[in-house]
Amino acid sequence: MSVPTDLKYTAEHEWVRIADGRAVVGITEYAQAQLGDVVYVELPKVGDTLRAGKAFGVVESVKAVSDLYSPLTAKVAATNQALIDVPETVNGDPYGEGWMVALDLDGAEGLDALLDAAAYEGLIGG
Amino acid sequence: MKRTPLHQAHVALGARMIEFGGWEMPVWYAGIQAEHHAVRQRAGLFDVSHMGEFIVHEADSTAFLRRVLTNDAALLEVGQAHYSLLTNAAGGTVDDLLVYRLPAGKKGGAVYLLVVNAGNIDKDLAWLRSQVGPGERVKIDDRSPSTALIALQGPRSALILSELTAMDVWHMPYYHFARGEVAGVQALVSRTGYTGEDGFEVMAANEDITAVWNAALKAGAAHEIQPCGLGSRDSLRIEACMPLYGHELGDDISALEAGLGFFVKLDKPAMNGLERLRRERLEGPARKMVCLELLDRGIPRQGYPILAGGQPVGEVTSGLLSPTLDKAVGMGFVPVAHAALGTELAVDIRGRAVPARVVKRPFYKRAEG
Repeated sequence: MSVPTDLKYTAEHEWVRIADGRAVVGITEYAQAQLGDVVYVELPKVGDTLRAGKAFGVVESVKAVSDLYSPLTAKVAATNQALIDVPETVNGDPYGEGWMVALDLDGAEGLDALLDAAAYEGLIGG
Repeated sequence: MKRTPLHQAHVALGARMIEFGGWEMPVWYAGIQAEHHAVRQRAGLFDVSHMGEFIVHEADSTAFLRRVLTNDAALLEVGQAHYSLLTNAAGGTVDDLLVYRLPAGKKGGAVYLLVVNAGNIDKDLAWLRSQVGPGERVKIDDRSPSTALIALQGPRSALILSELTAMDVWHMPYYHFARGEVAGVQALVSRTGYTGEDGFEVMAANEDITAVWNAALKAGAAHEIQPCGLGSRDSLRIEACMPLYGHELGDDISALEAGLGFFVKLDKPAMNGLERLRRERLEGPARKMVCLELLDRGIPRQGYPILAGGQPVGEVTSGLLSPTLDKAVGMGFVPVAHAALGTELAVDIRGRAVPARVVKRPFYKRAEG
């Protein structure tokens, strides 16, 4: 399983892409494979403040509900509304169209605690 | 963790394995939804060897089973099976199971096979043995460790099974069974299942089951058979509103509360829990299992509160986004005042009251013929 080297990660299997003053967040290939068919995604509202390490939404497979954990303390700048109607995108393109929220990097905290690809790969035994 | 004799076959097929009731079992191979649709539209093959098998026999076996089970074993002919519930003294449920009446043995008395839930094997065995009265001539043998069981389910099941055996599976009536050779090994074949589709279950000795499993997959390939895990087994049974012990059934839940009155025969001299079940049959139970369809976004899950007028009145016991109906549905228990068809309730999903309506049972019923 390949872990993209240009992203940062959390131990709870979220990825973070830092670009253009935002941190885009999704779940990893490993996480989607563990979950199986994603059938429902619940996301926060734009403007909500997320807390690093705290649950900010859920992703549900046929069988189970899993919390999404925020990698940063930051404000939500955008959410991926397309996932509301087509949640299976999380399975098909977890690092691309399956993104979940974009956080505003202005005033964000917790960036230093994120894992790099090698550390995350070690975590999942890759 | 215990493994079934098909463990290697699952690994070879790329199954994702999970722990279930002390067993390492496949939860899916291709994905729960793909497996679910395969069973509804074509055929699916499940390993359910973790389930328990007991033989109940000797002279007083029928009287014994009539006393410990809600259904009436005396109604079974040889070659017939039925669903039944094992009750405790208070009328709650120890387990739900299938009872097969086998041909009589040498020692006299009817011989029965009980197929019980994997997680309840030890508890059931201890309970059954504790219920044998002084001088009562009944023996309970646990055959679980040496017995394997697979389920072939879906509209193409008879077609596939007929290629593995000379037995006339096409004309086997629902809830009947026969013994014979399947894929070159001795097996017990019943027209039973837990999916809401036509289908069969094939029981054989541990050492013989892999031959049946492989032959079914081989013969089924032309009919697009799919190996299926416990994930789709659960999603299929929820659509069919079949109870699962630990969800819709438990020590304090009676068969009548769970809406299983058809399997409760009270015309008996004695039965565990008879008092409560007779009262509930006469007066109706105080709470009932309801089938709920959600009217807004969200998926009901076990343990979520069911609300009436904003107040909690019960809990969801099972729920999912139904792959066949593409609706969020669930089962749960509420006081009878809130159980009528069409009643508007709500499910508390992580603090959000999502409107729901009580609908007819089951959510999914296959077309006849």
